[in-house]
Amino acid sequence: MRITLRLFAVLRDAAGEADGQQVELADGSRVADLLSMLPMRWPALAAHLPRVMPAVNREYSSRDRVLADGDELALIPPVSGG
Amino acid sequence: MDDWIEILATPLDAAAAIASVTHPAAGGVDVFLGTTRAERRGDGVELLALDYEAYAEMAVQQLRAIVADARTRWPVTRACVLHRVGRVAVTEPSVIIAIACPHRAESFEACRFVIDELKRVATIWKREAWADGGASWVDPRR
Repeated sequence: MRITLRLFAVLRDAAGEADGQQVELADGSRVADLLSMLPMRWPALAAHLPRVMPAVNREYSSRDRVLADGDELALIPPVSGG
Repeated sequence: MDDWIEILATPLDAAAAIASVTHPAAGGVDVFLGTTRAERRGDGVELLALDYEAYAEMAVQQLRAIVADARTRWPVTRACVLHRVGRVAVTEPSVIIAIACPHRAESFEACRFVIDELKRVATIWKREAWADGGASWVDPRR
């Protein structure tokens, strides 16, 4: 299945990529499975992942959530709005 | 008329925010501006501005949910929540919240609730832009 990965702020800087990457995953993959894969592609992300909150389709989600084809997964670093 | 809740890339207009919540049923309008505060780094370099970034699709949803939550706690007549993205220089507002309620106590409390919740959960980030060209994402734990 394919999902859209959104990286913001310090994560986007660490990955050195534009926002909005398409990622291929095995069916039944959970958010945690994708997180464990990310450092293989973007090693600089590893240090930031413990403090990331996942958001699936614009809602905060647990790392146990099973992803579906077409989902948008955003990795939310500690927020600092306002 | 719906509440005006938006993330903009242009300077925020407090007068427009106030006008959008003005209503005959409201006896109190509380307005909050969050502004960039001057700062000096340990080595003496000064802050020029804060650069804001947002996951706007999610943040606007969150702001609407926060206002809806405020409505379950206080009688909010009208609300306006505006947040900027892009560069916000020292003294400029990054966020404007205007809340109109029948009475002043409710408007103070609801306005405070909205900004506190925005800062707690909204998918918005700021990066410090220093006078020497340095930049650092703000860590809210600090």
